[in-house]
Amino acid sequence: MKNGAFAHIFTVLFAVFMLAPIGVVVAVSFTAEGFLEFPPSTLSLRWYWAILDNPDFIDAFIVSLKLGFVSALLATVLTVPAGLAIGRGRFRGRDALQALFLSPLTVPTVVLGISFLRFLSLFGMNGTFIGLAVCHAVIIIPFVLRLVLASVTGMDPSIEKASVSLGASPWTVFRRVTLPAITPGVVGGFVLAFITSFDELTVSIFIVNPSTTTLPVRLFSHIAQTTDPLVASVSTVAILFTVVVMLIVDRLYGLDRLLIGEGKR
Amino acid sequence: MNPFLLSAPALALFGVMLVVPLIMTFILSFHSFGFYTGIEFTFGLHNYIDVLTDDYFYEIFGRTFAIALAVTVICVIIGTPMAFFLQRMRAWTRSIMVLIVLGPLLVSVVVRTLGWMILLGNNGVINSALMDMGLLTSPFRMMYTSGGIVVALAHVMVPFMVLAVWAALQRQDPATIAAAESLGARRSTIFRRVVLPQAMPGILSGSLIVFSLSASSFATPSLIGGRRVKVVATTVYDEFLNTLNWPLGAAIAIILLVAVLVIMVTWNRVVERQFAGVFQ
Repeated sequence: MKNGAFAHIFTVLFAVFMLAPIGVVVAVSFTAEGFLEFPPSTLSLRWYWAILDNPDFIDAFIVSLKLGFVSALLATVLTVPAGLAIGRGRFRGRDALQALFLSPLTVPTVVLGISFLRFLSLFGMNGTFIGLAVCHAVIIIPFVLRLVLASVTGMDPSIEKASVSLGASPWTVFRRVTLPAITPGVVGGFVLAFITSFDELTVSIFIVNPSTTTLPVRLFSHIAQTTDPLVASVSTVAILFTVVVMLIVDRLYGLDRLLIGEGKR
Repeated sequence: MNPFLLSAPALALFGVMLVVPLIMTFILSFHSFGFYTGIEFTFGLHNYIDVLTDDYFYEIFGRTFAIALAVTVICVIIGTPMAFFLQRMRAWTRSIMVLIVLGPLLVSVVVRTLGWMILLGNNGVINSALMDMGLLTSPFRMMYTSGGIVVALAHVMVPFMVLAVWAALQRQDPATIAAAESLGARRSTIFRRVVLPQAMPGILSGSLIVFSLSASSFATPSLIGGRRVKVVATTVYDEFLNTLNWPLGAAIAIILLVAVLVIMVTWNRVVERQFAGVFQ
């Protein structure tokens, strides 16, 4: 059964709805005026040059990049063994363990934010990069776990048995057989974790200090006071960055697989 | 290898960085706050009594859940048909549409909300266009209203709905549609009698995701609603970072957490009872 006229019109309108807010940000960033205007009467790159005069945006971008990388790495390293255990074990407490590792998705982020703030400030760790990275790791672990689990359960357990019977040590089995088999899930999980951390606002806003302010927090506090073309140009750079990551992911792994978290295609 | 040994590092992280902080927030909600003395280590229910006896907080909780409900309804209405059409598209149109529907999920909520601020403002794109066309004489106010928050949040949340419904539709047997067609059913009948029942588990789980994320959303209500239209998350933020009354903020947050959990559990119960057959 094919889509009819109504389906086509609906799809176009839906696409407009999804793209309008993003397109409008990109469009207004090219204005030559000192205020937001749509469509811009004259085009210029003035507000892109202006980013260079605002090092706090550049610093925030660098913090976000580092934070995304460190927290995604931490989350992946911790989640792969846990995912292997949960994915193939039949043991008491397995469901509880999985529920615990997925629970940051259920707890409202604002509750997580204040809890991290309360906890870190007791130890004088509030605003530190390490504190931020560890908190981000907690909230992105569910995303990594779902993708690791999908690839672990989709793997044929007999290939591991085969390598054991051929005399491979447990470490060799993991390195030469298990890890290559689950690599797509691990890489997909890492990328999704990185992007989630890179975009995170609600937890970060409670636990950053001026030197560890992330890009979303910086943009948020700027927009809450004033909306000028500068935030539009910074946002456009962030969008461009996301589009590049997205296209790479779509090529490597498939965006739908990454976001549904199942190996279905 | 022992599964708990493999999970130990992650378990340690979650114990220290999730369980302990949440328990500490729970304890914090029983403390008191003095304007000059800061947090006082008393132990009582006064914060909860303050919240539960004040109309101001009822209004905020009421608004938050009303917004979440409206967003969920809109997402069901526009997300379900989108997932259905996605399922039947040709491969290359589908891959483009998947990028358009899911791509915004990867763009920061702050950036997407900025886009909506530009669209919805009194001098914004939508109002200017309508006034240029002569359909409006004065701008229709959408910024700093609950309606504006609902529209922008629906944009943020609808990809989750499409994903959930689409995942459910992929599990259905295409032969059921072919059978209905061969028996002469009209398109609308097929949608209503064949597709919709099979998509129901996806719609229900998508609704739960959208509702709980909307009820606890912060960035969009904060930027679109401004100072006046407050929701629970922005109220907690103000208590923590402006008023500095952490115990009261913690109590509001715990009430939000409990409310969301209760709604989730009840919803799952009802769904499991209603659709016991579908989930087998």
